Amino acid sequence: MSTLTSQLSTPRARRRLPWLKLSALLVAILLAVPVLIIVVNIFLGGDQVWQHLYDTLLFDYVSNSLLLMVGVTFGTLVMGVPAAWLTSVCHFPGQRMFSWALLLPLAMPAYIIAYTYTGLFDFAGPVQTFIREVTGLGYGEYWFFEMRSLGGAFVMLSLVLYPYVYLMSRAAFLEQSANTLEVSRTLGYSAPHAFVKLALPMARPAIVAGVTLAMMETLADYGTVQYFGVTTFTTGIMRTFYGFGDLAAASQLAGVLLLFVAVLIFTERYSRRKIKYHASGIRKASQRRIPLTGLSGALACLACSIPVLAGFVVPASVLGYWALFEAESIGWDFVILSWNSFYLAASAALITVSLALVIAYAVRLHHSKSVNAAALSAGMGYALPGTIIAIGVIVPLAWLDHQIIALVKQMFDVKIGLIFSGTIIALLFAYTVRFMAVSLGSVQSGLGKVKPSMDMAGRSLGCSPAEVLRRIHVPLLKSSVLTALLIVFVDVLKELPATLILRPFNFNTLAVRAFELASDERLVDAAPASLMIVLVGLIPVILLSRSISSANTNG
Amino acid sequence: MTAMPPNKILKELSLNSICVGYHDKAVVEDASFRIVEGQIGCLLGPSGCGKSTLLRAIAGFEPLMAGTIVLDNEELSSADHVLSPEKRSIGMVFQDIALFPHLTIRDNIAFGLKSWAKRDSQARVDYLLDLVGLSGFGERYPHSLSGGQQQRVALARAIAPKPKLLLMDEPFSGLDAKLREELVPDIRAILMHERVSAILVTHDQSEAFAMADQVAVMESGKILQVGTPYEIYHEPVSRFVAMFVGQGDFLPAVVCGDNCVHSDLGEIHGDLNHGFAAGEKVDLLVRPDDILHDDESQFKGLIVSKWFRGSYFLYRVKLSSGKVIYCFASSHHNHSIGQEIGIRVELDHLVMFASNAR
Repeated sequence: MSTLTSQLSTPRARRRLPWLKLSALLVAILLAVPVLIIVVNIFLGGDQVWQHLYDTLLFDYVSNSLLLMVGVTFGTLVMGVPAAWLTSVCHFPGQRMFSWALLLPLAMPAYIIAYTYTGLFDFAGPVQTFIREVTGLGYGEYWFFEMRSLGGAFVMLSLVLYPYVYLMSRAAFLEQSANTLEVSRTLGYSAPHAFVKLALPMARPAIVAGVTLAMMETLADYGTVQYFGVTTFTTGIMRTFYGFGDLAAASQLAGVLLLFVAVLIFTERYSRRKIKYHASGIRKASQRRIPLTGLSGALACLACSIPVLAGFVVPASVLGYWALFEAESIGWDFVILSWNSFYLAASAALITVSLALVIAYAVRLHHSKSVNAAALSAGMGYALPGTIIAIGVIVPLAWLDHQIIALVKQMFDVKIGLIFSGTIIALLFAYTVRFMAVSLGSVQSGLGKVKPSMDMAGRSLGCSPAEVLRRIHVPLLKSSVLTALLIVFVDVLKELPATLILRPFNFNTLAVRAFELASDERLVDAAPASLMIVLVGLIPVILLSRSISSANTNG
Repeated sequence: MTAMPPNKILKELSLNSICVGYHDKAVVEDASFRIVEGQIGCLLGPSGCGKSTLLRAIAGFEPLMAGTIVLDNEELSSADHVLSPEKRSIGMVFQDIALFPHLTIRDNIAFGLKSWAKRDSQARVDYLLDLVGLSGFGERYPHSLSGGQQQRVALARAIAPKPKLLLMDEPFSGLDAKLREELVPDIRAILMHERVSAILVTHDQSEAFAMADQVAVMESGKILQVGTPYEIYHEPVSRFVAMFVGQGDFLPAVVCGDNCVHSDLGEIHGDLNHGFAAGEKVDLLVRPDDILHDDESQFKGLIVSKWFRGSYFLYRVKLSSGKVIYCFASSHHNHSIGQEIGIRVELDHLVMFASNAR
């Protein structure tokens, strides 16, 4: 704080040692280490396990990951785009409610929805039991779909990832000029025809960006594919890490996955740039919405209800029922789990947002290329799957620990335990790498509201730099800092793969417990932990919905 | 009424040969300027001339490389000492207004009054709201006000703590022309009423003329001339000042006596010695109002363009030599383009520079 204070637009700032700038650069370099480790590993030559993987499993990883991405693309498009168009351009019963309700599945982590539907539809689940009771058929005498399959995985992932496509394409449809669409009508196009010929192509960059985000999440997913027995990169990395105990091979696999992600990042950035070209100057296509009544109204309603029901209402209700009536009663154990999750998420949020503040202030006060580059590189982690980051964190920390242990042994002849790897520190480090981008984005947009002239106005009105911070910056930044804290908190709570790899021995969180219980086929007992995660996850979704519906009423 | 802090009236602010810059590169060089009690000063110049940097140095936001800034015998800045902005009792109004969006209008104005007794501060805010014509707006937030209203609040906020000096950095540049014309005299009246001395930065000479008692014309980091608006306009010391401040043309002429030159428009006599030797080639500054339309005149000009300004006509006329100059005519002398009209010179003071032409 004192560094910040002394640098706040005092004339002398330039002549002092730029502590703030140095800290920002240091933070950026530390956060870049895990990614660099993985990148370096791609180029380091093959070891025997690597060769073995290449011969046997790599093909499976690649093909399954690709199939999953194709499936999720299809699923998110089918659910996301029509819903976005209907809620942004048409008017039908429930349209206003659907425009925010369609976001609810964002609160549902993929692995949790997977456990829930498996519990619902597997052989011992209520649905099949009911069928057997009614028809009197026994095991193997009737056909029922297998939830735990590649197909099941892509349905589950699509159900919770379509909101990305929905959000992006909805924003694009809202931006499309009413005139463009009306011109097409005067040139003889029917409304559906105009949708296919004009609205859809114009929204394409936004839709592509949304799909890319969904694909990144698909590649990052571990809980679902692991549970469904689909071998992908993430399961491969875990297998190599735990099964073979081979860190080098795991990080090489992570490197290949990183290449996939890099392609997606590039696609997403490219599409975002094109979105700007496609946006017309004049806003609000939705001034005159297309009214849908009768059959078409009912169909629109149906198209919007299916994703909401299947992606949120049904699994959340099932979880609620299990948690309340069927799961083992909640005991002391659960309190400890919740507390672990809570303090882990809260510490990660505090650390991440504090460091984001350091970087954001450095960018604001030092208009230098190095600081801007630091801000960019610090935001890199968000696109990366937790598994990659976990491997990238454990490699350097394990190395560091061994150096320290050796050194201490040599100097004092004392054996000490691990200091960084296998402790909370490693976990917090990984979370910071992964979630720096969201908090930095939020903090920077907040700081953008505090114009430099406001600092000067405060000073010329008799405030010391500390008072300027307290009376101007703190109140103006408060809401964006709180938002950043909240988002990081919830994301950490949901995070599974990095937590699994890096958690200290015997240290459990809600997400890890849900995963373990589900792996032991105790799906019902996993419900309380899962429900807790979903409920907390709802908070940022509600905030997002509120900002969307307030934008709606303004429009 | 309890006693409010007494008005602190500025006696004198002086900038003595100051240099301001970044990374050892001077943006402002050897600038000297002073204003005294009740005066409004103006730094006038094109964008990038260093006028805002100079203003920020006075406020205490930029360190000096050389020279001193002295306010009523107290040294504010020198090469090795900068008094913090908050200790200078200098208020400032910013180009982007910079109201605090999280505070009401009332709290914005009271921002600098934190050390005042609550009752005094309330009274001061009420008084200022009334003074800037915004009583009743106190509980609103800045975003709900128009640009002109926001600018008034910014002024009220800056003068609320009764600073000795008010600095205004292009305060009207964000406003449209009509609003600016209304606001400029209002603000001048408020400053006079509050007995606040002020320094204004602008690139617009009409703003400078409407507000200022003392104008400093700047170019590329240097103060070229300091004077009253009248002096700056009628007695510019350089070609740059002549052309930057107001319209006009340079008429080629040859010196023919201590206070007289010969030009396309005949012999022109001034009231003072001009200091050039007879036979020297010079350029004579002629303002639009120095050339009058006169049917009797033996000198003729061909109208190439014209502007009707309501109370007068402004013509562009071409002399027989090919030189094109402005000409002033009263509004009932409506001539058409291509017509030849009689013109004559009416000048008291000859402003001229050695000719560039060989």
